[in-house]
Amino acid sequence: MNFVDYYKILGLTKSASAKDVKDAYRKLARKYHPDLNPNNEDAKTNFQQINEANEVLSDPDKRKKYDQYGKDWQHADEFEKQQQQQSQSSGSRSGGGFSGGQSAGDFSDFFESMFGGSRSGRGRQVKYRGEDYTTEIHLELIDAYKTHKQTLTVNGNNIRITIPAGVENGQIIKIAGHGGPGANGGPNGDLYITFSVANHPDIKRLGNNLYLTVDLDIYTAVLGGEITIDTLDGKVKLKVKPEIQNGTKVKLKGKGFPAYKNEGQFGDLQVTYSIKIPTNLTEKQKKLFEELRNSD
Amino acid sequence: MQTENLIAIDEFCVKHDVELSFITSLKQTGLIEITTIEREWFIHTEQLKQLEKFIRLYYELDINLEGIETINHLLQRIETMQNELILLRNKLGIYE
Repeated sequence: MNFVDYYKILGLTKSASAKDVKDAYRKLARKYHPDLNPNNEDAKTNFQQINEANEVLSDPDKRKKYDQYGKDWQHADEFEKQQQQQSQSSGSRSGGGFSGGQSAGDFSDFFESMFGGSRSGRGRQVKYRGEDYTTEIHLELIDAYKTHKQTLTVNGNNIRITIPAGVENGQIIKIAGHGGPGANGGPNGDLYITFSVANHPDIKRLGNNLYLTVDLDIYTAVLGGEITIDTLDGKVKLKVKPEIQNGTKVKLKGKGFPAYKNEGQFGDLQVTYSIKIPTNLTEKQKKLFEELRNSD
Repeated sequence: MQTENLIAIDEFCVKHDVELSFITSLKQTGLIEITTIEREWFIHTEQLKQLEKFIRLYYELDINLEGIETINHLLQRIETMQNELILLRNKLGIYE
């Protein structure tokens, strides 16, 4: 557990007045408050730190304890015992702690060990909705192709969710009520899951349409024939017309990606032919090509 | 509209320790929508998260109503741009 320099976090010195603390905190809170920085984990971390710093430095009792024992916080318990022996209950509470959807569990180990993790709130007991949790699920393209179930562990709890086919890279879905517990009887927060769908080495996806480049040997390109291609739905046989040109595109309707939450609807698969010129020709093959050239 | 999805504004104000005048101001600026049933004000649960955010901005960050309107507008633009960014990144993936 590392010592946390609350003065440094707020950009203050030890001689800072209560007003200095309030002003510094307010300025930083406006910069890093989660409501003003959606989907910004760095801002969230910064906000938790400055919130914690303010929690301590804006409370005269906590600040005194911190100033006295800061770096030797391990002795804080002894300090507490002495305080109890004096039988003086301070009963004071600080003001000005911001919620930002934050729960007590967001405080550092250092804070928890010194102050027990309790914090003050705005005014009297207010019911607050719990913190929203965010998590990320990484999927291969083939995983996103079919509806499937997956178990997630979020803050120690296992949640089994159904991932509908067709989920998009970067798409965020909300699982209501699976966030942090509400404060003072408030409702639970929500869980936001961001999907990260990896690119396939051969098949590219844009929305519900898929794009695949298929190598074609020169003989099939010239004479036509039948090839078998690998799609996300298995192997598909494809007839190739004779005298096909390099870069020719063929659209296979309904062989693309499933539409999100539209069962039975699929995009298209666009196949682009890439004609491969043979290499390492034998003398006989070279001769045959020569014959072809001279046959015009 | 189903009444179970509505929260009485009076009750909300008491529980969240906010003045009714603040809710009225939010309604007047169009930041929230209020449903009136038999002269009583209600807010839809879908707007609860947004309303709680406005309360935090106003009471905790000392941002006035004009500031909240501006922030709300800019946050909506950020969300739109983030969605566009995702789509463009995915599109770019085709050419990588």
